[in-house]
Amino acid sequence: MALSYLRSSSSRSVNLLKPLSSSLPLRRPISTDTTPITVETSVPFTSHQCDAPSRSVETNPKELLTFFRDMALMRRMEIAADSLYKAKFIRGFCHLYDGQEAVAVGMEAAITKKDCIITAYRDHCTFIGRGGTLLEVFAELMGRQAGCSKGKGGSMHFYKKDSNFYGGHGIVGAQVPLGCGLAFAQKYSKDETVTFALYGDGAANQGQLFEALNISALWDLPAILVCENNHYGMGTAEWRAAKSPAYYKRGDYVPGLKVDGMDALAVKQACKFAKEHALKNGPIILEMDTYRYHGHSMSDPGSTYRTRDEISGVRQERDPIERIRKLILSHDLATEEELKDIEKEVRKEVDDTITQAKESPMPEPSKLFTNVYAKGLGVESFGADRKEVRATLP
Amino acid sequence: MALRNIIGKRIGNGIGLVGRRSLSTATSDVENRNAKSMNLYSAINQALHLALETDPRAFVFGEDVSFGGVFRCTTGLADRFGKARVFNTPLCEQGIVGFGIGLAAMGNRAIAEIQFADYIYPAFDQIVNEAAKFRYRSGNQFNCGGLTIRAPYGAVGHGGHYHSQSPEAFFCHVPGIKVVIPRSPRQAKGLLLSCIRDPNPVVFFEPKWLYRLAVEEVPEHDYMLPLSKAEVIRQGSDITLVGWGAQLSIMEQACIEAEKDGISCELIDLKTLIPWDKETVEASVRKTGRVLISHEAPVTGGFGAEISASIVERCFLRLEAPVARVCGLDTPFPLVFEPFYMPSKNKVLDAIKATVNY
Repeated sequence: MALSYLRSSSSRSVNLLKPLSSSLPLRRPISTDTTPITVETSVPFTSHQCDAPSRSVETNPKELLTFFRDMALMRRMEIAADSLYKAKFIRGFCHLYDGQEAVAVGMEAAITKKDCIITAYRDHCTFIGRGGTLLEVFAELMGRQAGCSKGKGGSMHFYKKDSNFYGGHGIVGAQVPLGCGLAFAQKYSKDETVTFALYGDGAANQGQLFEALNISALWDLPAILVCENNHYGMGTAEWRAAKSPAYYKRGDYVPGLKVDGMDALAVKQACKFAKEHALKNGPIILEMDTYRYHGHSMSDPGSTYRTRDEISGVRQERDPIERIRKLILSHDLATEEELKDIEKEVRKEVDDTITQAKESPMPEPSKLFTNVYAKGLGVESFGADRKEVRATLP
Repeated sequence: MALRNIIGKRIGNGIGLVGRRSLSTATSDVENRNAKSMNLYSAINQALHLALETDPRAFVFGEDVSFGGVFRCTTGLADRFGKARVFNTPLCEQGIVGFGIGLAAMGNRAIAEIQFADYIYPAFDQIVNEAAKFRYRSGNQFNCGGLTIRAPYGAVGHGGHYHSQSPEAFFCHVPGIKVVIPRSPRQAKGLLLSCIRDPNPVVFFEPKWLYRLAVEEVPEHDYMLPLSKAEVIRQGSDITLVGWGAQLSIMEQACIEAEKDGISCELIDLKTLIPWDKETVEASVRKTGRVLISHEAPVTGGFGAEISASIVERCFLRLEAPVARVCGLDTPFPLVFEPFYMPSKNKVLDAIKATVNY
């Protein structure tokens, strides 16, 4: 069998992978080859008030395999979260991102960890993209101490300060003006970084979005507003909520770009273009045409407002992982077996992490009162009826 | 009807659900003919059906109301009354309420739904600055009395920060609007119809935990319950408990337990928070000499503070003990810590005993 063949051949004399000098060992499935490959995006970009970037994207085997692995990880993670929720390990709300992985992964490929990302509540995969670990994800989902927000935030509130991931927000649209504030700070400190403020097609009708657009355009902020258009705001189709579902044009005087959000390379190209644009000319809107397989949240079956045919149609025609798989196979960068192995490995990693996360304890009861105000200040109450109060005031 | 007969799972299995008539005036303010057993969302649904049926200029709108709403309160309305009267809005709370104010200003009954009370804040300016002051600042030329804003509020067990809040206190600070909170299906139907037909803008908070859990005999006909009239739902002589909404069932549990220790508790459902029925509460406090207020919202600045201050002002010499408040803690509504945060039955019971033994 090919697998054992690879494992045993240390000299790697038999090469299944033609353009690469090293074969793909099981333990290190990501190739280190950076020979450039040019790929065309699925569809050309449509632009509003600006020139669209080229359809030809430069990539390399390493990047493609990284895309594959990362997206497979995200997919597996979300599906595992689904099972955990049904088994009541995760409670509260859980909004899954499967189907939309290309946006998270493509964006990361175009930017650095110094650029800021802020998003809404469908944030598990964006967090992973920013360098978060699986353990932090599962522990936070289950409300445990090992979680990224120490178990106090839950599914909707993932943050990662050291890689400038500003979360994780429950209130629809509230994160966009916040993102513009981040952009202002970046411009002020002159560090050539930008902010990506993500929101959905439902949030596109919030007033504060337009306030944020006006402010960013007025002050030339390096803010990139990314509309992750999965075509349904909870159960409402975009054409029933918006007079103009061409979200990339809604900025009016702010330029916009419509991108196939299921094509990680198109996303990468668009984000790269947007970053350059934002640093020179101020805000730009990116509309990512994407799709979520799950319903809005775990309490939504996702099939009452759209047909199963539609969902399976997208899965067959436009699935982001399948696209990268086909690309890898057609360029002979790996074999099907190897890709399947990556998926198996990812699955095992997810399962192991879940076991580990389950062992993490719940937060201490005293943590209920911490971080209401800045450290050390605030009120803590004790006793059965919480009548004894200890207040630490400045 | 005793609340504990209505509420099932929330209380737990320790209490036997025995049929028992309370001494309140509840059964006498509404005739019981053609009463059907239904839960809170069905009662509210019935009220909305009646409201739209009896007034051709009544409209229901909000996010996802067309298919029935995320809590099924608006089921069947769009089919029965048409898309011109029952329609979905985009995701824009400020827009929804502002739009409702305008609709009401033209003499219509605008029944706006805010999907969760936690999302009401973008509309806060519209409610406080536009709706509440419209009649006042136009010298009574205009008003938006036809506006009723419905929002599910309160803890639900796993709601976390943004699906569990009780924002009633913010709105109680605004003269010009009314804030009404029902405790059960029968109350909800009557109160909602009163709110819709009241010539003032009203914010109607529905306890979401009770949507399915509370089941009661609700008369099928059109009936209204008076606003600004508190109800004594349990007679007692040792201490007065004041609450509203879902919290009342918790308080009633505590009252029953306290009874075993010989403490006779009087329980009052405030129903309308502003303008609130001071007379009923005061009369009760004059009888018992002690008062305890309980609500889910954080204790500091909660509506319990207003009740406490008013009672102390009016009944100071009669009070035997300080006014007790058993409320949520002064933290954001937590995720995993919800059981610690909530004003549970034991906390209320403890406070009852502490107050009585003061």
